[in-house]
Amino acid sequence: MSAISREDLVHLAQLAHIEMSGAELDKMTGELGVIVDAIASVSEVASSDIPATSHPIPLTNVLREDVVGQTLSIDEVLLNAPDSDSDRFRVPAILDGE
Amino acid sequence: MSNYTDELVDFDEALEKYDPVLGFEVHVELNTKTKMFSDAPNAFGDAPNTNVTPVDLGLPGVLPVVNKTAVEYSILIGLALNCQIAEKCGFARKNYFYPDTPKNFQTSQYDDPIAFDGYLDVELEDGEVFRVEIERAHMEEDAGKLTHMGGSTGRIQGADYSLVDYNRAGVPLVEIVTKTIEGAGKRAPELAKAYVAAVREIVKNLGVSEAKMEHGNVRCDANVSLMPKGADKFGTRTETKNVNSLRAVEHAVRFEIERHAAVLDSGAKIVQETRHWHEDTRSTTSGRPKSDADDYRYFPEPDLVPIVTTAEWVEELRSRLPEPPADRRKRLKADWSYADKEFRDVVNAGVLDEIEATIAAGTSAAVARKWWMGEIARLAKAADKEIADLGVAPATIVELNSLIAAKKINDKIARQVLEFVVDGEGTPSEIVEKRSLAVVNDDDALGKAVDDAMAAMPDVVEKIKGGKMQAIGALMGPVMKATRGQADAGRVREIVIEKLGL
Repeated sequence: MSAISREDLVHLAQLAHIEMSGAELDKMTGELGVIVDAIASVSEVASSDIPATSHPIPLTNVLREDVVGQTLSIDEVLLNAPDSDSDRFRVPAILDGE
Repeated sequence: MSNYTDELVDFDEALEKYDPVLGFEVHVELNTKTKMFSDAPNAFGDAPNTNVTPVDLGLPGVLPVVNKTAVEYSILIGLALNCQIAEKCGFARKNYFYPDTPKNFQTSQYDDPIAFDGYLDVELEDGEVFRVEIERAHMEEDAGKLTHMGGSTGRIQGADYSLVDYNRAGVPLVEIVTKTIEGAGKRAPELAKAYVAAVREIVKNLGVSEAKMEHGNVRCDANVSLMPKGADKFGTRTETKNVNSLRAVEHAVRFEIERHAAVLDSGAKIVQETRHWHEDTRSTTSGRPKSDADDYRYFPEPDLVPIVTTAEWVEELRSRLPEPPADRRKRLKADWSYADKEFRDVVNAGVLDEIEATIAAGTSAAVARKWWMGEIARLAKAADKEIADLGVAPATIVELNSLIAAKKINDKIARQVLEFVVDGEGTPSEIVEKRSLAVVNDDDALGKAVDDAMAAMPDVVEKIKGGKMQAIGALMGPVMKATRGQADAGRVREIVIEKLGL
């Protein structure tokens, strides 16, 4: 049984502001479920004495000195923007932001 | 929008029935040269989208790298707030979808903040000290700036579209979170203001932030709830955002207390939600409900490795801590021998640094205070500026004072000279020279002016002869007039006495 329910997906779609049809929800519930199940198989081999990690190499303190580097030009910044105005990205008004 | 009208209960009445419980989240923008995870400049007020790298845009394949100075500044803030510093901590992704972050997440810290379990002793205006417990201070990055266009109000409601500038996206932030604050009672609004002021003062004193609230360098979200007196369970809280001046923090907390009390009195329930503060109406309006969008699905940031702080590193940073502002105030007050109220006024006027520098440059504490709280404050008020922004140098005060001591000018002329200095006419000595303002104390000129005055006022002369020395004051007017206000009053008095053989 998949860890992802149809309700989970509806909730995710809402969080991501993505409108999904019933058919899409059914399809994605199955596909996401397969992915989650595949990842869950890791916990079958990982015993409880192995701490969780988010990085494959045990590095710490990869830090950078506080020195200014190269920035992009305005043209480069806006190159992939679907729409822009006055050197800024133009986006639909979205109400529920922070 | 709000589903109830904002009835308010009088503040004192509300406090008779309820105890306020507070909590604050203060965001401090660090003044590092570059951003938290990219080497783009961290600068305020530049042309839109000029301080942007691929990392700040969240373009595919980019890798963030942590700014070492930002980590050190964060530790300094933690230490100044009496916090423990985590031996090991990491970053996490806070996922949300909104155009102020092009990555669809904010890189923040989740369950392992760099600093935790601290406190800040906050001094209220009358000197009472209130300890605010600090839950945590964690590192994160600021979001881009949205400008809502179209619609009638310029607010998001009714806007047609928004324009995004990512210069601020990725600017290093430290978010300082308090534990719940109980027991402030009717002083809750005042404490709110004093707490934010104290945090601002600390980060400014550390030199890790520009600390200008008007530039958004220090921003406060204020949590308020009420519980009936005697209750042991907290009420439902609201979080008021966008409170970006000290005065607004005080007003917002006061408003929410009055509003909560009215809601509770009516038998209704407080809706857990964010509230937006409006400076123009000094009120809050309903934002979004708190529960539905707060599913941030934090998970460890796989592109960043943990930060490990050695005891050596932390102690080296601790040795860099400047004298805490509260300690400094205590020391200066004792050094200068100011009365409680005098000192408080100086603190509130924001001229501690100026007075300290003026004394260091060679005047007495009393003279420094007289100038900064007197004539300079008056000029600042007339110019509608902060006293410190008037641009008066401590050296100017020292020079004016020595000109007075040398009897070159009197107090009145010194005040005029100061005004000319503020207008950019030069140093006090130059101005006295250029405008021929030196006091007339050459006895010939004064003697003649005194003779004329005595001749014109024989009755006054009789009174003085009869022993009424204060009558000399009546001669002062004509003498000052004759010398264009530049007579040395003390010398005039001596001359009168000499002339009358008294």
